[in-house]
Amino acid sequence: MTEQTSNDAIVEVNYDELIPNNVDLASDARLKKALESWQPKYLDWWNEAGPDHTQNYEVYLRTAVGVDPKGWAKFGHVKMPEYRWGILLAPKEEGRTIPFGKHKGEPAWQEVPGEYRALLRRLIVVQGDTEPASVEQQRYLSKTAPSLYDMRNLFQVNVEEGRHLWAMVYLLVKYFGRDGREEAEGLLERRSADEDKPRILGAFNEETPDWLSFFMFTYFTDRDGKMQLESLAQSGFDPLSRSCRFMLTEEAHHMFVGETGVGRVIQRTCDAMNEANITDPYEIEAVRALGVIDLPTLQKKVNFHTSVTRDLFGAEVSTNAANSFNAGIKGRFAETKIDDDHQLLNDTYTVTRVADGKFVEEDVPALSAINARLLDDYIKDCQGGINRWNKTISKAGIDFEITQPHKAFNRKIGEFESVYVTIDGEIVSEDEWNSKKEEWLCSDADGDYIQSLMEPCTEVGKYAGWIAEPRIGINNQTGEFEYVKIN
Amino acid sequence: MSAIRQHLIDPEICIRCNTCEETCPIDAITHDSENYVVDVEICKACLDCITPCPTGAIDNWRIVHKPYTLEEQFSWEELPEELGIDEDEVEDTVQEASEDEANAILEVAHTGESGKVIPPFSAAHPYINIYNRERPLIARVAGNYRITDDDVESDIHHIVLDFDSKTFPVLEGQSIGIIPPGVDEKGKPHLMRLYSIASPRDGERPGHNNASLTVKRVVYEESGETQHGVASNYVCDLKKDDEVKVTGPFGATFLMPNHATANIIMVCTGTGAAPFRAMTEYRRRHMYKASGKLKLYFGARTPGELPYFGPLKKLNSEFIEKQLVFSRLPDQPKEYVQDRMRNNADSLAELLHSKETYVFICGLKDMELGVDEAFSDICKDNDMDWDEIKQMMRTSGRYHVETY
Repeated sequence: MTEQTSNDAIVEVNYDELIPNNVDLASDARLKKALESWQPKYLDWWNEAGPDHTQNYEVYLRTAVGVDPKGWAKFGHVKMPEYRWGILLAPKEEGRTIPFGKHKGEPAWQEVPGEYRALLRRLIVVQGDTEPASVEQQRYLSKTAPSLYDMRNLFQVNVEEGRHLWAMVYLLVKYFGRDGREEAEGLLERRSADEDKPRILGAFNEETPDWLSFFMFTYFTDRDGKMQLESLAQSGFDPLSRSCRFMLTEEAHHMFVGETGVGRVIQRTCDAMNEANITDPYEIEAVRALGVIDLPTLQKKVNFHTSVTRDLFGAEVSTNAANSFNAGIKGRFAETKIDDDHQLLNDTYTVTRVADGKFVEEDVPALSAINARLLDDYIKDCQGGINRWNKTISKAGIDFEITQPHKAFNRKIGEFESVYVTIDGEIVSEDEWNSKKEEWLCSDADGDYIQSLMEPCTEVGKYAGWIAEPRIGINNQTGEFEYVKIN
Repeated sequence: MSAIRQHLIDPEICIRCNTCEETCPIDAITHDSENYVVDVEICKACLDCITPCPTGAIDNWRIVHKPYTLEEQFSWEELPEELGIDEDEVEDTVQEASEDEANAILEVAHTGESGKVIPPFSAAHPYINIYNRERPLIARVAGNYRITDDDVESDIHHIVLDFDSKTFPVLEGQSIGIIPPGVDEKGKPHLMRLYSIASPRDGERPGHNNASLTVKRVVYEESGETQHGVASNYVCDLKKDDEVKVTGPFGATFLMPNHATANIIMVCTGTGAAPFRAMTEYRRRHMYKASGKLKLYFGARTPGELPYFGPLKKLNSEFIEKQLVFSRLPDQPKEYVQDRMRNNADSLAELLHSKETYVFICGLKDMELGVDEAFSDICKDNDMDWDEIKQMMRTSGRYHVETY
């Protein structure tokens, strides 16, 4: 049989255009012009603030050439500035209706409703700001990559964060006129950790100083990104929903890098301990003498990254979140799979709060507890990978378990911002907390130790001593595959 | 004992990102708090989930005699060892791509043509394989009418399917696949059946994105039991607004010539009339004054069993020459299409002389041989060599057979 044609389910990317897209950019001259003038600025940003001195590296990257299962994962060596960042939306669902809030059941909006313009723009800008921010946070990491495989994974994360920025900029420029164009410029002007023009969210101004932090970041913080995208994918504003749905497919790679990255660190530590007949995980100096990262330090990293990321969910009880939900702009995690009326006007949700120096469980209107619920879902979602890590440890015969700290530990935003709470959930005085802080969070010395391990390993098929080899290669490549050609 | 190749996910590598579950077009993948698993009852091995998986956990297969249940898979911390069953034991199942399924049916239907078949030079370009078993088009039934008389045994239905706003370009002579829901007694999904489109390319109603089918309810006796054909009974029982899984379009050669000087000889019995209803209607709507002749030989047992008998009779004989032939009329000798063709030997011979003549035969296999003999006899009487003419017609895309 001879020919296939495109249909709604298979939307082809127009690669002849400067900006690959499946949104029929060619027919919207104004939008096309706006994006074409933004693109050189984006490249300038990439070269200035993206992966440092990597312009000539040829990286084995996955590029989306379509949004159908067979088209979105094409692998090949690419120089990153030549990566085809484009605008790809999940296929339109005919007859889609708004799944929640007061507009539930009405046809999904194809244009921005005037009354929610400011709200929507803000949400898109905040989401968009995190994408380039994480690229900036990670810009020096390739210098200390533990292998070419890991370097490639870092770059894949980076280019996809870049594409997610494109996705948000498309929405701003297409639907928000002049304001949108200005916001799009602003996304390229702010810089992570810059005193004068920092990125919007706190956690995105923290540096990613080492590879363990990178893996923790991709596991815990990108998972926040996944939860946020999932909630936005429910949106009544259809273009936002479709953008986020396709971004989620890519986000899965970031989860993978984090979960397997931490998992491989744990594997290597356990293997080294067994080889040296060390059974007590708290013999920290002895374990470190093996050139691997001891498990208690890994736990401290978990404590840090979980607590910082939990702050990203915002105040647990929030009028803003209630408004967004009620307006049909941002739903809950897996909204369509939740069995309730999706309007929440008469429902309550139990939130942990602090009253008279104690934790209390309080039923609050479910609408205002949208963030609390998303945070609870996030904490549950984090546990899966932690269970896998613990299996590795128990298989190695070592008595140690990685756990998530109490929800209130080390929080700077929300219900627990004014209390000092231990990892076990005990409210203590500020002094006591500070005196024990280094039992829970990495000290400078811990950081220095981790930093001391960050020696690059760029030999094909080889891995730094503190991390195990992956179980399978990217796209089923063998161990000797040259994932990055450093020219 | 036959074996199957079961699709499994490696729980040690999977990161539970949900991409596979989201990607699967038929919801064969599910999960609990620990593992993502593939339901062997549903999975068709379309492989859509393979590339999007960020970990490679998805690409695992075990050859088994007894498939692992969902409960077993949920309990795994790692994949079970290979059982060492030989690849040769794996039975071929309908899990092959549906294009192959359709191809196989069409290959049999076109055996009467033998050799390489090409479409008429002026045929419109067909689109094929837009929808398949893994990703079918969901059509809606817009109408279902019995078109044979109530008092006759033959139960033939005219079914109109609406495709809403979905892309589904079909041409007269093409077929579409229908996938009956459910599984057979062996637990396998029912085979797809192909049905010829009975409406022209611009829809059953002009300008509407719909198409019609002509389907006969298959009922037969086997080992003393009355058997009902699964697909045909499913289709004939469809109610208005029911949803139907459709694949295709299929077929790239049995297509009508589009130029006005083409003569079209159409020979059919029973539901074989479907493509000719489509072609005739296209000519009626868009080429009513075409100089090329339309000649229809249409056989049935009685007028009551001849689908579309009423509407056909209304067609102007200037526009189409109708030869309706009946084999079971009371007090009449049996007459078959080939008999009528012999009676029209002169006019047929004249048409066969012309390079503008196209022959299409559609119906039961038995009819094909009779028609071929009739052509042969007609040629003999007129000092023509049928084998030579047939060969020439074939190589120029002017002789087409579709039988079942």
